[in-house]
Amino acid sequence: MPHATASQTIGPYWHLLEDKDWTDLTRFGAQGERIALTGRIIDGDGALVTDACVELWQASPAASDQWDGFGRAATDKQGEFRFVTLKPGPVPVSPGGKVMQAPHISLAIFARGLMTHLHTRVYFQGEALNAQDPLLCALPDTRRGTLIAQEQAPSLWRLDIVLQGDGETVFLDV
Amino acid sequence: MTTTAFRPYAPGTQPLNDTPSYRSTGKRHPVQPLVALPTGQTATELLPPHFAAARYPASADLSRVNGQEAQGERIIVAGRVLDEDGRPLPHTMIEIWQANAAGRYDHPLDTHPAPLDPHFHGAARVFTDEEGRYSFTTIKPGAYPWRNHANAWRPNHIHYSLFGAGFAQRLVTQMYFPGDPLLELDPIFHATPDAAARNRLIAAFDIGITQPEWALGYRFDFVLRGRGATPFEDAA
Ligand SMILES: [Fe+2]
Repeated sequence: MPHATASQTIGPYWHLLEDKDWTDLTRFGAQGERIALTGRIIDGDGALVTDACVELWQASPAASDQWDGFGRAATDKQGEFRFVTLKPGPVPVSPGGKVMQAPHISLAIFARGLMTHLHTRVYFQGEALNAQDPLLCALPDTRRGTLIAQEQAPSLWRLDIVLQGDGETVFLDV
Repeated sequence: MTTTAFRPYAPGTQPLNDTPSYRSTGKRHPVQPLVALPTGQTATELLPPHFAAARYPASADLSRVNGQEAQGERIIVAGRVLDEDGRPLPHTMIEIWQANAAGRYDHPLDTHPAPLDPHFHGAARVFTDEEGRYSFTTIKPGAYPWRNHANAWRPNHIHYSLFGAGFAQRLVTQMYFPGDPLLELDPIFHATPDAAARNRLIAAFDIGITQPEWALGYRFDFVLRGRGATPFEDAA
């Protein structure tokens, strides 16, 4: 068999796929602790990235017919994405297993100028499990904070994503 | 429950985010190396989003809007979604988007002075069947100019998004057409170092998919990452 098909950029016209309802993962009636997650995407010049596609996927809570676990948002003129979702619980290392990671959300960033999407994670400031999370513990102190969202107001979490340079977000080799 | 990890991509078979000939990559690619997960892939990477079929209706015909035929050359694209071990991916979602026959997207940011077509929108969603097969009907997209370099034109292409069986298999790509002279000049096509991997992005004309008196057929198979260790490759 051949190797996996090569990725190609999502380009500037991916909004043909966009459905703004997809920014709200709770739209099918899933119950839990509702939060908003927002942030800006910033390039290596400090400029706002206004044509990105941000995908959110979370393995917790477990998927069901009321809960896809998946959302997609465009960045707006301020480079900002915004989701409404459920706060995740601890996420097992192996599916169904007992060894846990701290609660987190996975983000995939697609944009014109990105030939392959970038994987990163959003953790939550103040979670006790953060101190034992295998990924957070493996990161140098100077970079760990790029994965930890702050609660700006009750249930409103923010994490900016820097694609390149000073304060560059940790992107994952998954 | 155990779920086997997806294996790494083979060297050279994926494009580089730092591709200077594609100008927009300049300030958008990370300069720090990607960080490996100390645990390897976890539930977050191994499990997929759940798209209940009832909530994501499929539409396998882009070639008409409200029963009215779009302008251009009608084509059928068909193939399979497989993993690197040849296992089909059943019931997986494929999103499709493209320019019209004149090379214009039905998108506010597209200012190319080519006509929009009221009977072509250019976005659809299909799912694979039990054997990983998919098929849809559309209009062959036109080439279009972009501002990457002087006299830059994108080859004819269709954009795709696939989800697979775990988020680490997520794929967004573009399919090209055989014999397109613009391919040799396209920095996006050439961002993938391995020539064989690049050429697999080109669909094959297929007389078996072609329908008489109706539409030319093209075959295009998608391959998503396989699981587990890389099988031995035959030295012969
Ligand atoms: Fe395009």
